[in-house]
Amino acid sequence: MSILVGEDTRLAVAGLTGREGSYHAMNNRRYGTNVVAGITPGKGGQDVEGVPVFNTFRQAVAETQANTAMVFVPPRFAADSILEAEDAGIATIIAITEGIPAHDELIVFNVLKCNPDVRLVGPNCPGVLSPGKANVGIIPAAFFKPGNVGVVSRSGTLTYQIGNELAQSGFGNSTIVGIGGDPVPGSSFVDIIALFEADPETELIVMSGEIGGSAEEEAAEYIAEHVSKPVVGYVAGLTAPPGKTMGHAGAIVSGSSGGGQAKIDALEAVGVRVGRTPTQVAEIAVEILRG
Amino acid sequence: MDLLEYKGKQVLARHDVPQDPGGVATTVDDAVEIARGVGFPTILKAQVKIGGRGKAGGIKVANSLDEVREHATNILGMDIRGHTVRELWLQRASEIELEYYAAVVFDRSAKAPLVMLSTQGGMEIEQVAAEHPEALATLHVDPLVGFQPFQARRLAYEAGVDEDVIRPVGAMLATLYAAFVAEDATLVEINPLVVTPKREVVALDAKVTLDDNAMFRHPDNAGLDDSSEADPQEAMARQRGLTYVKLDGDIGIFGNGAGLVMSTLDVVAHAGGAPANFLDAGGGAKAEAIAASVEVILSNPNVKAVLFNVFGGITRCDEVARGIIDAYEILQPTVPFVVRLDGTNDVEARKLLADANLPHVYPETTMDGAAARVVELARSTEGAPAP
Repeated sequence: MSILVGEDTRLAVAGLTGREGSYHAMNNRRYGTNVVAGITPGKGGQDVEGVPVFNTFRQAVAETQANTAMVFVPPRFAADSILEAEDAGIATIIAITEGIPAHDELIVFNVLKCNPDVRLVGPNCPGVLSPGKANVGIIPAAFFKPGNVGVVSRSGTLTYQIGNELAQSGFGNSTIVGIGGDPVPGSSFVDIIALFEADPETELIVMSGEIGGSAEEEAAEYIAEHVSKPVVGYVAGLTAPPGKTMGHAGAIVSGSSGGGQAKIDALEAVGVRVGRTPTQVAEIAVEILRG
Repeated sequence: MDLLEYKGKQVLARHDVPQDPGGVATTVDDAVEIARGVGFPTILKAQVKIGGRGKAGGIKVANSLDEVREHATNILGMDIRGHTVRELWLQRASEIELEYYAAVVFDRSAKAPLVMLSTQGGMEIEQVAAEHPEALATLHVDPLVGFQPFQARRLAYEAGVDEDVIRPVGAMLATLYAAFVAEDATLVEINPLVVTPKREVVALDAKVTLDDNAMFRHPDNAGLDDSSEADPQEAMARQRGLTYVKLDGDIGIFGNGAGLVMSTLDVVAHAGGAPANFLDAGGGAKAEAIAASVEVILSNPNVKAVLFNVFGGITRCDEVARGIIDAYEILQPTVPFVVRLDGTNDVEARKLLADANLPHVYPETTMDGAAARVVELARSTEGAPAP
């Protein structure tokens, strides 16, 4: 098993006819992901390397039984595209687009909150990879192999760094989930950790956080009460100065909130071992896995 | 984007937030002219994006043109906690009977706007929350429904607002919320919100933060950005479309992906060094973009060594290696480079660098090893004569 994406994934791609969208969707298909449809208003009836393009998500779902959406459209259209996928009955929506206005994300989050059957991952994320099964997004799959470590992260490249170090020690991944670096992510650490806890294939969970917001603190609370599997943590941005946005829109220490040390303290207080460098994270995970 | 007070006032004026008229001056003569127009007493306020202006001597009241001249001379050019005062806001000093506080905040954790109202204005809201929690009322607004009149009443009664101004305070909150949504703001804060002896409710200050990601909806707001004058490296990086933040140390940092770059800063600090910048070259960076990044990093005179830490996903390590080689040949740097490239096409990348055989370029295979190396190199160049 894996979480969110796997052998049952039937992927519809919003923005398939765009340069980035087609490049990554075709990469995903080569990996083995079942890419069944593209959505571009006005381009219905065309195809991209044999994948049919539809004008609306509703048509795509009706014709192809798509159950997963990948959103690759520019920021000004992305919130609309996510809401369209939800309206069409898609259960898993993965939004790669970076730069969506915060107020748009707020509307999307609050609409989707009313529909418990839908899960949004992202925006501003690298996607979801279940090694050996399916890849939806831009994660370079070559570095990962199937295994028992679930990884959830606010950062793409940092995930690759940690995953690669685990792979070099001989450990693979059940699923790798990039939840993204925006202030209002569709899925939080808590949401993804809950899925990993319920996934029989996942034996250990790595969560890679960063400064800004309070998602890591909320995860610590959740782990204390609901998680039986070992969790290894990391928090990036410990030395970042307050008031400066560090690349990710959500990575900012504002006033007394969002600081890295408080996140580490919260995680360690509930028994999560936190690595001080990505290498240490992999070392701790390996130590636990080798028991 | 954080706005200076007077620019925040401009944005709020579009939504008819009650405010006193005034003007902004960059010279003493301008200040005197504006004071002549608004009348006395005149209040002069340093325009900097940092709190504690009053305590630092950046806010003064003048009762004559001579006093305006004196205060403006003192405040313009003044340094307030690292921020140089280049602009002054002048307005007629309001008659103040009560000082309240009002704000609309983008609450990330709750995924909803948070509206706050307090009858203890004029001090930091954190202090109010700690010392007078009974005077602070807050509530979350469902963004799908918007701010409702009953919510304004609830806040006003809970905060203990004087009965006779509940209506205008409520109207002010509704206006601030409307401005918050319409302008794609992440913060609108009025401190103090004053009640005058005539029982009018006026916004005396304005702290507004706008969402950079929403600028495409607000072409008018692009002109409010004054960060270009802040720092030469940050201005240069902005022109080149790079994500760059200047820091206090002496080790230049180049990386890809915000999380990995943040982590690189931490690992360098962990190894005993001090990063000079945050620079995220982003996904899929090509050789030219990399050379441009290197130029920005090296234009900071504090930089004694540079660390390249790249994990190639979409970004190809061979492209990064080519960019480093190009930059090296064009810029002829006098500081050492430590290069750690892993991921897509890393083998080709390492070969390219080895073949180029550049002096003072040190390859490393691990992130921790690279950090230790760059810290050591930065230390060993300390005290070396300038090139």
